Amino acid sequence: MWRLRLELAERSLDLSEPLSFWGGVDPLTGEIIDIHHPQRGENITGVILSMRSGRGSSSSPSVLAEALRLGHGPKAIVLEEADPMVWLGAFVAELLYGIKCPVTVRGPVSTDS
Amino acid sequence: MAMKVVTETAIQMGATRLLDIVSAHIDGCLFHGQAGLDFARRLLAGGARASVPATLNVGALDLLHPYLYRGPEEIAAFSRELMETYEQLGCLPTWTCAPYQLRDRPGMGDQVAWAESNATVFVNSVLGARSNRYGDFMDVSCAVTGRAPATGLHLDEGRQASIVIRIGPGLPVEEDWLYPILGCLVGEVAGSSVALLKGLRPGLEEDRLKALGAGAATTGSVALLHVVDSTPEALDHAALPISESATTVEIGSSDVERMRSTLSNAAGSTPDAVSLGAPHYSVAELETLVHLLAGRPVRLPTYVNTSRAAVQERPDLESTLVGSGVTVVTDTCTYLTPIIDRVVRVVATDSGKWAYYAPGNLGVGVIFAPVSECVEIAVGTG
Repeated sequence: MWRLRLELAERSLDLSEPLSFWGGVDPLTGEIIDIHHPQRGENITGVILSMRSGRGSSSSPSVLAEALRLGHGPKAIVLEEADPMVWLGAFVAELLYGIKCPVTVRGPVSTDS
Repeated sequence: MAMKVVTETAIQMGATRLLDIVSAHIDGCLFHGQAGLDFARRLLAGGARASVPATLNVGALDLLHPYLYRGPEEIAAFSRELMETYEQLGCLPTWTCAPYQLRDRPGMGDQVAWAESNATVFVNSVLGARSNRYGDFMDVSCAVTGRAPATGLHLDEGRQASIVIRIGPGLPVEEDWLYPILGCLVGEVAGSSVALLKGLRPGLEEDRLKALGAGAATTGSVALLHVVDSTPEALDHAALPISESATTVEIGSSDVERMRSTLSNAAGSTPDAVSLGAPHYSVAELETLVHLLAGRPVRLPTYVNTSRAAVQERPDLESTLVGSGVTVVTDTCTYLTPIIDRVVRVVATDSGKWAYYAPGNLGVGVIFAPVSECVEIAVGTG
């Protein structure tokens, strides 16, 4: 298990389309389940997850926090556009459980919230 | 803890100050796992209470018809505790994703913090109130503090459209089914931008605007969609809210056909159930359904998602539907929680949002169809 986790930690996953954690990721496994997402079937557990932005549902913070609690969240998230909803799920996981998942924005930084 | 969430989120959003809000709509009452419950319990233990009127979104249980739930008992118990915890936090047990269909709703220019993507886009676009796209944790934190970050759609300058979408000629603009499809197309091209839609007839009904917004907030993150001649900030042609650098795109018949087939991932299959309404049906939509059924019994399992307020306002509609064999679902939604029989493989729906999410959530195939066709499928003539 540890070996698997360490190997996964080295992986990065670049998403070609924005992902909604709710309806898009199973927090019990970390698998992308959105049938409309081109990377359905990939797993976000322990990866450095890159995507343009989050998308859709306002339930995403809970799902990200839950995935992180269960050890199936990403190691870090890199966004092109700031997305407070993505950041918030990670922030609450740290607040409640001390689990860290840094969320960074690598431009172009949007002022649109 | 609530103020910490609001202020830290404000920093993330680039806001330098907070503003007062007059209402909140809270999505965090839907159970997604222990993290959401732990957060609500921590707030309650700290003595937090909502300081503004705060409506609650759907939960994972239909509290009026609890026997409809087919999932594990343990999850039901957690879901119930989460819903009860939010009530104890002083929130209103409205249990609907369409709080804009309730009698008390915000008005033009009101500052609010509304979560649930379809409610956010409706409150901004159709009611002219002002909310950013909020979600779990932040929604209740705003309700408790009565404050929200002063940025984005709360401010005049944030409400200008950066994309103008023209409706091309020849689209069936008098058909209700077009609006969820158009909404999904708008979400695709607009992403998270403020959009302005041109080319629809003046004075669109709220149910059509609801379907448009829900679609746009499903395939995209649209939180404000101005519709020329229909939404309050897009009535004055001399002062349409369009930014100088806005781009223009057109949606045509081929786009509509493509989206319609995208949303029907089980096209060609025979449906074995029907699910109507997402967002929750309004009273007017329930009336249409009763009219289309015309007293006929349904042969397939048929569900309609609506609010407890709608059935309390018109119990006659619920009893007529139940008399036809329709299952009326309140407080939750059939794509969020196990209500539909597990043997069901293919479901017909009139909702773009339901069609988009149900295959992933429930593992079913979907056929998107106008409500009139869904009714004929349900009674066995379609």
